[in-house]
Amino acid sequence: MALTLLRGLHSNCFRLYPSVYVARKHVRHFSVRSSQGQTAMQEKQHTQLKASTKSESAKYEEVLKNYEAVIGIETHVQLSTRTKAFCSCPYNYGAHPNTSVCPVCMGLPGALPVLNSKVIESAVKVGLALNCKLSLSSKFDRKQYFYPDLPKGYQISQFDIPIAAGGYLDVDLPVEFGGGHRMFGVTRVDLNRAGVPLLEIVSEPDMRTGTEAAEYAAELQRLVRYLGVSNGNMQEGSLRCDVNISVRPHGQEEFGTKVEIKNLNSFSSVSRAIDYEILRQAQLHSQGQADQIVQETRLWEEGAQKTFTMRKKEGLADYRYFPEPDLPGVNLSEEYISTIRDSLPELPETKRRRYENMGLNMQDVLFLANDINVAAFFDATIATGADVKLAANWIMGDIAAYMNNEKLSIDDIKLTPQELGELIASIKGGTINGKIGKEILFELVAKGGTVKGLIQEKDLVQIADPSEIEKIVDKVLANNSKQLEQYRGGKTKLQGFFAGQIMKETKGKANPALLNKILLEKLNSKP
Amino acid sequence: MLSSAQTPRLLRSPAALTFKCLHTSPILTPASTSPSPSQILTNRKALLSRQTSAVDLAKSFLQRLRRHEPQISSFLYVSPDDIVLKQAEELDNRIKNNEEVGPLAGVLVGVKDNICTRDMPSTAGSRILENYRPPFDATAVRKLREMGAIIIGKTNLDEFGMGSTTEGSAYQVTANPWDLSRVPGGSSGGSAAAVSARQCTVALGSDTGGSVRQPASFCGVVGLKPTYGRVSRYGLVAYASSLDVIGCFGSSVADAGLLLNSISGFDNFDATSSKQEVPDYASQFVPLDYLESKPLKGLRVGVIHETLGNGVDSEVVSSVRSAISHLEELGCTVSEVSLPSFSLGLPAYYILASSESSSNLSRYDGVRYGNQVFGEELKSLYGDSRAEGLGSEVKMRILMGTYALSAGYYDAYYKRAQQVRTIIRNSFKDALDKNDILISPAAPSVAYKIGEKKNDPLAMYSGDIMTVNVNLAGLPALVLPCGYDGGSAGMPVGIQMIGAAFDEEKLLKIGHIFEQTLEGYSFIPPLVADE
Ligand SMILES: [Zn+2]
Repeated sequence: MALTLLRGLHSNCFRLYPSVYVARKHVRHFSVRSSQGQTAMQEKQHTQLKASTKSESAKYEEVLKNYEAVIGIETHVQLSTRTKAFCSCPYNYGAHPNTSVCPVCMGLPGALPVLNSKVIESAVKVGLALNCKLSLSSKFDRKQYFYPDLPKGYQISQFDIPIAAGGYLDVDLPVEFGGGHRMFGVTRVDLNRAGVPLLEIVSEPDMRTGTEAAEYAAELQRLVRYLGVSNGNMQEGSLRCDVNISVRPHGQEEFGTKVEIKNLNSFSSVSRAIDYEILRQAQLHSQGQADQIVQETRLWEEGAQKTFTMRKKEGLADYRYFPEPDLPGVNLSEEYISTIRDSLPELPETKRRRYENMGLNMQDVLFLANDINVAAFFDATIATGADVKLAANWIMGDIAAYMNNEKLSIDDIKLTPQELGELIASIKGGTINGKIGKEILFELVAKGGTVKGLIQEKDLVQIADPSEIEKIVDKVLANNSKQLEQYRGGKTKLQGFFAGQIMKETKGKANPALLNKILLEKLNSKP
Repeated sequence: MLSSAQTPRLLRSPAALTFKCLHTSPILTPASTSPSPSQILTNRKALLSRQTSAVDLAKSFLQRLRRHEPQISSFLYVSPDDIVLKQAEELDNRIKNNEEVGPLAGVLVGVKDNICTRDMPSTAGSRILENYRPPFDATAVRKLREMGAIIIGKTNLDEFGMGSTTEGSAYQVTANPWDLSRVPGGSSGGSAAAVSARQCTVALGSDTGGSVRQPASFCGVVGLKPTYGRVSRYGLVAYASSLDVIGCFGSSVADAGLLLNSISGFDNFDATSSKQEVPDYASQFVPLDYLESKPLKGLRVGVIHETLGNGVDSEVVSSVRSAISHLEELGCTVSEVSLPSFSLGLPAYYILASSESSSNLSRYDGVRYGNQVFGEELKSLYGDSRAEGLGSEVKMRILMGTYALSAGYYDAYYKRAQQVRTIIRNSFKDALDKNDILISPAAPSVAYKIGEKKNDPLAMYSGDIMTVNVNLAGLPALVLPCGYDGGSAGMPVGIQMIGAAFDEEKLLKIGHIFEQTLEGYSFIPPLVADE
């Protein structure tokens, strides 16, 4: 029976995706850096989704109507410290694991761990950013198990006293998913793992959908990048999410049996794996087979778009935790904490609220605040006095498109916020028109330079003198008497032709409004 | 070898220089003069005044080492002669050229084999580390070398320091130089026996529950267990990390103190090492001529009531009692102190030490170093390597510790033992607030026969009653010989002086004066004295 059911799930897995995923075609797609700067929603655009049929979608809705999922996430963030957590070996992601080793990280007899103070600093930053209460004195514990990659037979982590606890994370859901603001509880932030400095962030079971979970993870990524404590890269494993998920009938207080899902390498896999799992569990519930949901670890397989049993939990593992005698307790002074608090950058949530208050719509807000560097660019641009909406449009439009095509980040482009401000001012002030502005922009982005310099160098100042434009209009009309005759004979569409000729004559510099006004006057005046 | 920035304190210490003048006879002194001359200072004077050369000195030690080694078996590894003599030769050249030499120049040091040395095997007395040569020196060893010391070899011990007789070594049984049929104590039995038999000048040991002090007592030498954190543990193969300390053996208090001087201090490689400033311990060794008639006047000495009662050999009690009288004669105010929690120390110690060791020893899986048993599967590789590579005492403690840390038992054992540890720490603190030092025997008996307690672990464990509390409290303690069991032909008895945290200075001062004024005793074993 279970097999049949699984087969059924196999063939129908694509109906799991809520219709919004498929219906959403017109969402602007920006990828600030192909692999790094995506929000959860943007990333989903990459995924090829098979359209679900109406009936499947309906079945899905039907099953879900009666059940609610409870989702919690355990995130492991690899800290971008220069050295390993407990020795002074340099740590670089991707380097061969044994290129830099010392007696400490090899766990040789007699070697002792010494905590890298940067690790504590990062943990305090993240704890504060997650609105947690920091423990003034926490400690390390040994978590013991045999594993080939674990040279000492235990890993140093924090067991009963995490460095920070009881916080929350604000998340703004993307507009495409109906938008809205959510607050997800953060149970604890603790220091974890032997060689590679790792921070564990455990959420409350506050999420209900794959989208919420993916956005929670995306917000965490944003946060650690804002704080500069990690590159937050999911593909590289710098940010790893393990999801705990259970399903219960609506109205039921107690949780259903919890299943853990691992191997989630992108936000979209977080979201899709959860949606798959919700349906799998909900269907078992609805078929009276809830007892077949067992406490286990399941792996998400990207190829199959399914979760598979990895291992069933046979009783709880006994890690025989005890306080790490090789490391003194972690004692934080109020002074230290407040120094770090003062050094925190403006956090994503604060930034979004500020942008919102500037009058930007949520889509713009989410885009601009997604990447701290983009936000900094935007902030610096408007600091030059540039119009907020215009600055947002330039960044989200042509600049983002350029970065996307060239696979560059905003720090790689040659355009400076000062020049973008200048460009916006030059258009607004009438020195150049919008079309020229666009041309200049691509020049600035690719090669650099100043707006003023380019205008001068290329002689691009807009022709806004009516008498000069009149002269050119006269010239064009005189050179095209045949078309003029046709126009006056009623073929008024030819206005465009004349405008084009004039623009050609002026190399596009004519003020478009003035040109059209004078042209119309001339065309319509009696000969 | 030493930059001017590292100019050793000793060279500039007037007290030490004056002290040096006390003992002029080289190497070994007959019992008739000062009871326990400092070998380090005596030899230093002889070297600097060119009365002897470092090469000759080293040769004489190597000779004696080889002569007694077949009977005593204190060393697991002896540095090849040419390597030792080459270092001595370099030193002689420096002296000839009037170059500066370190405070331990030419001092031949034995190092317990659970302390890492880069040029010698470091087995911790275990088969699982057979032929293991660490790629680094323990911080204490590095410091010794920087001070000019010559590491002469690696001394025997109970496997991983787990034992009180050195019979637990996977390689050999060490004999007590005073009576070859007896154990030297343990776990640092090799170091204690080597210093006692004058196979080396001084030696490093380690003390987790008494492993320096009890063998010092059994072998009639001075054993110093520093405050936890005073000496870096980096390079000490961990047994129970929260209790382990590297300690010093010497044939005089001054030698043990001078050794401590060289190895103390904060170490970036040990987060539990203390940043507390290290005083110049050498300045405590005030020459006798300078002392008043009551040199320890006003010092409050507390005798731990619980340590002189039932279960302690009467000869031990009477030796310690007369040592107490001696302290009174020196001016000390002696009173009895009761530590009701004293007897709780033993079970708490065995639970905590076993728990930590069960974790510390999980790295010996046969994968990376030492003894590897070929296994089809990873699990059987781990299992078989451990089954063959670890001895029965070690296995028993791993099992005990694993049990104590297991879910459901943690609260009853590990947690409870931690609570006891806090009580003990507080009771010692109270007692040391009221007294300068506390006194007890170093062990309830003198050295017993080889094999006597081998099959009775509980009897062996109970012998640690005098020492384990000090480790639980993290305090410094000095053990020095104070008498004999059964007259001058008997085995030596040691007295233990316990000080407040980081107050080694006071212990060394009291110990030195006690030792220098203890007339009529010589603690050179007959084996050596008869040479
Ligand atoms: Zn390392």
